[in-house]
Amino acid sequence: MKRAAFSSPWMPVLLLLPQVSIIFVFFYWPAFEALESSFYLQDPFGFTGTFVGFENYLTLFQNSEYLRISIFTLVFTVSVTFFSLAFGLLFAVKADKVIRGASTYKTLLMWVYAVAPPVAGILGVSLFYQGHGLITQLFGFFGHEFVIGVNYYDTGFALIAVSIWKQVPINFIFFLSGLQSVPRSIREAAMIDNRSSSGRFWTITFPLLAPTAFFLLITNITYAMFDTFGVIDVMLRSEPGNNPMTLTYKVYVDGFRGGDLGGSSAQSVILMLLVLALTIFQFRLIERRIHYT
Amino acid sequence: MAIVSLKALQKIYPNGFQAVHGADIEIADGEFIVLVGPSGCGKSTLLRMIAGLEEITSGDLIIGDKQVNDLDPADRDIAMVFQNYALYPHMTVYNNMAYGLRNRKNSKESIEKSVREAARLLNLEEHLDRRPSQLSGGQRQRVAMGRAIVREPALFLFDEPLSNLDAKLRNQMRIEIRKLQRQLGTTSVYVTHDQVEAMTMADRIVVLNGGNIEQIGTPDEIYHRPASVFVATFMGAPAMNLMEGKVATGGIEIDGIGLLKSDHKLDASSNVSVGVRPEKVKLTTKANGITQPFVHDFTEELGAARLVHGRLGDKPFVINLHQEDEVPTGDLYATISPDMLHLFDTATGKRLS
Ligand SMILES: Nc1ncnc2c1ncn2[C@@H]1O[C@H](COP(=O)(O)OP(=O)(O)OP(=O)(O)O)[C@@H](O)[C@H]1O
Ligand SMILES: [Mg+2]
Repeated sequence: MKRAAFSSPWMPVLLLLPQVSIIFVFFYWPAFEALESSFYLQDPFGFTGTFVGFENYLTLFQNSEYLRISIFTLVFTVSVTFFSLAFGLLFAVKADKVIRGASTYKTLLMWVYAVAPPVAGILGVSLFYQGHGLITQLFGFFGHEFVIGVNYYDTGFALIAVSIWKQVPINFIFFLSGLQSVPRSIREAAMIDNRSSSGRFWTITFPLLAPTAFFLLITNITYAMFDTFGVIDVMLRSEPGNNPMTLTYKVYVDGFRGGDLGGSSAQSVILMLLVLALTIFQFRLIERRIHYT
Repeated sequence: MAIVSLKALQKIYPNGFQAVHGADIEIADGEFIVLVGPSGCGKSTLLRMIAGLEEITSGDLIIGDKQVNDLDPADRDIAMVFQNYALYPHMTVYNNMAYGLRNRKNSKESIEKSVREAARLLNLEEHLDRRPSQLSGGQRQRVAMGRAIVREPALFLFDEPLSNLDAKLRNQMRIEIRKLQRQLGTTSVYVTHDQVEAMTMADRIVVLNGGNIEQIGTPDEIYHRPASVFVATFMGAPAMNLMEGKVATGGIEIDGIGLLKSDHKLDASSNVSVGVRPEKVKLTTKANGITQPFVHDFTEELGAARLVHGRLGDKPFVINLHQEDEVPTGDLYATISPDMLHLFDTATGKRLS
């Protein structure tokens, strides 16, 4: 490791300052504020507050709706993560077969990444649109009347489907570049050693993709839990009602729509703890393995 | 162990480039064949066609008694050692070697036995639990060899397996590979662009040039009776001296030099290229019937030998002298005895005999 020499001991501090202040202003400070207000019962405008200790948390844990939303969030996160990774990988493997080495195709497919997210959101809404959305009609064809925003399970399904869809291109690109960086000679050595192409995939290619897959696993969990806010808000048209939603959306609903700042803060603190756990898990695993070369 | 034959094997890549123009090679059981040639001449292409990694455009490939043109690599009973070793980075040395056997549904005990045996042979016993990234280049090379030999295939294929090693290790591994191959008696095809490897390892050498086979022969034949100008100048370092001339009575008339004595039986006045190996020429201070005046420019000391650079007439000419032969002072003459001349047809480049 190379050590840079600074003439003044304040120089490195000065250079770090912008970064540190951004982290402080946009992360530590609000986090601390949230932690503090989670111990208060606040009036809707946040002017006055009564210290209530852990009561906000206790209320949450006794609230059956919060439990229901937690369960939905779990189902949502697991399915979105699993299916968007699975589809991303599947498409990448198929594409890799075709475009090995042909960089023009690769560039074309990269565009999907740039275009997909915003378009996917809007397309998603229209696909599940009541009455004449494509998927709504498909369900109708099989005798199921699909009513988004009314039927809990239909809405949950639509949320999950659109969230998966939005994430697939990103996973696809990462998996594809992972696949393309598996050296040709290793694949060829495997072709001589193993007749079955699916066998080769699971014993050679997939383990070599593990670092990519692991990175994507973490980003996808984070995505499913936090970055799906926009999709959910668009799909529910800001009418949460009795519809399924994730814990993150619930924070917004309670805090900004319901005016329960204390309860909402308690929820954010719980989410922060979840993120912390996820981060620890990630570093533990990275420390342990998954870098060859 | 098997006989391998390549019959009119051709390769045309999808982009229309013809990399191999009808290769015919008959390889005897247990023979060590070296494919040699300049970069881009189609060595790897030919080897990869034998391996099944590259489709055969036309022709027949027979391994043992089976035509294997359309078989998967895994079904051809071959093993290949790659230039960059192509070890599985996520597997231990043991698993790298065992992988091919497991996929062939060998029993656990027999796999264990084969791998241990190969590890013993290759001095890898202490490293069986390591990952490839924890090994030195030479050890990786050995693992790649081990992966090939545990399978006991009918045919070994090597694509420049030593070119990533330093010179010393390369010499050592060269000898080891050859010893191992003799011991196992497995038919082998070995690609290299290193002529020392080719000369020292091969039972027979195949010299390729631009997708064509220039010559197939023992190292001795290739060196002493090169079939073409290409082979003559490609094999041997320093390269053979080559001069253009015309057939005359009693010798070859070379522009700006004069008559080189030769007891040929060729038609007068046809154009020929004359080759002389640098180490077959002696330097003297006394002219006689088979000498030519030599102008000395400079000398390169190689330790065991010295390369004397100079000119015959106005043509550059190199003489390779033994270490104990000093460069004499005074007027110099190069002794070129008639039986040391290689004559080639200038138009076709083919040997005239
Ligand atoms: N996939 C391909 N498509 C088109 N042309 C190819 C392809 N692969 C190789 N070639 C061409 O075929 C020729 C032979 O290639 P090959 O790799 O067999 O050479 P080589 O003799 O192994 O050379 P080197 O010593 O550099 O490894 C080269 O001119 C190369 O450009
Ligand atoms: Mg090559």
